[in-house]
Amino acid sequence: MTTHTETHSAGGHAGKHEHGGPTTYALTLVALLILTGITIGASYIDLGSGNVVVALAIATIKATLVALFFMHLLWDKPVNRIIAVAGFLFLGIFLMFDLIDLDARNYYLPQNVHRTVVPLVPGTAPAPLTEILPNPDEGPTGATPVPGAEAPAASTAPAPAAAAPASEKK
Amino acid sequence: MSTTPIDLPHGAQGAHDAGHGHGDVDPHFQHHFTTMEQQNDTAKIGMWLFLVTEILLFGGLFVGFGLMQGRYPREFVEAHTHLVRWQGSLNTIVLLFSSFTMVMAVDSAKKNKPSKTVWYLVITIICAFVFLFVKYLEYSHKFEEGWYPAKWYRGVGDAIPGSHGYATFFAFYFMMTGLHGIHIVVGIGLLSWILMRARRGEFSSAYYTPVDLVGLYWHIVDMIWIYLFPLYYLIQ
Repeated sequence: MTTHTETHSAGGHAGKHEHGGPTTYALTLVALLILTGITIGASYIDLGSGNVVVALAIATIKATLVALFFMHLLWDKPVNRIIAVAGFLFLGIFLMFDLIDLDARNYYLPQNVHRTVVPLVPGTAPAPLTEILPNPDEGPTGATPVPGAEAPAASTAPAPAAAAPASEKK
Repeated sequence: MSTTPIDLPHGAQGAHDAGHGHGDVDPHFQHHFTTMEQQNDTAKIGMWLFLVTEILLFGGLFVGFGLMQGRYPREFVEAHTHLVRWQGSLNTIVLLFSSFTMVMAVDSAKKNKPSKTVWYLVITIICAFVFLFVKYLEYSHKFEEGWYPAKWYRGVGDAIPGSHGYATFFAFYFMMTGLHGIHIVVGIGLLSWILMRARRGEFSSAYYTPVDLVGLYWHIVDMIWIYLFPLYYLIQ
């Protein structure tokens, strides 16, 4: 009997709890527009590398507002919340490991950068700094395999030739 | 009570409940679901899974953009200044506003106000077209200057050795804003479809899942732009 009365109340109204509503959405829009203004204003202030951090922090606040109120995650079933958070979590792992990689790269990248000392002759353009030369550490190792590299090539070459007649016999 | 092992609240057991006066089965109800609520929840979970793939799709591009910015910091910062700030800002405001009208369309569909739903959807579609028009102005300006993506790049710095940075920047710019623009075009199609169904009066408080799901799609497109805007237009 109790289950029957419950089904009546659950079926009668699609939204059991009144949530959201035009006022909430309008306030969300106002907050989003104010944050947009702040992010545009902050971009005029030179914070060095901090500019990107500030921009991304404000963007994340805005995205959270959109997800919670416009996309109803605040009132939605936990399953959908878990899915959304998991998506961003894995994106965060992706980003984090790439940043670690980028950070480690910077440690040895200057060794690869070609820094030619150009004599200061008027009219000559300075050499670009970003031209990447072969790594000096790899120089000797890169040169030695040349005689050695031909040996595997020579040894592998007869192999297909030997295999070809075998396939022709069939 | 023992005759009904599973509880069927919303009209799924309409045949049994005909005598009670509320037995009409919702025409949108599909027989392989137990209840209408379960059907709606299932659709919504599916939509959220799709949205996560969207986040990861654009996420990969954002990571690539970040790595290339680390590789060509000088060229990227310089190339950033070629983007027009007011165009990006205007498009941000337009998309945020359209997200608001979209959520109002969902809200009015839920509250049995079909004519309001139609109008909110019309405003949302107009906003989408405004966005695309500003994008057209932006792109045509880039093409005039020869700032094509990757190997087609013919703009400033072309003659400088090691100027791959500019070409790489515009490759990412066109890839990311272009993919986002395609999402806007697809969104216009979806919104028009929902608009036609809303005009036929198909949606009510009992069934408005399509409006809800298209709304979620539209919000994720807005959310992606929230990240694209500062990263491309506001970095100096």
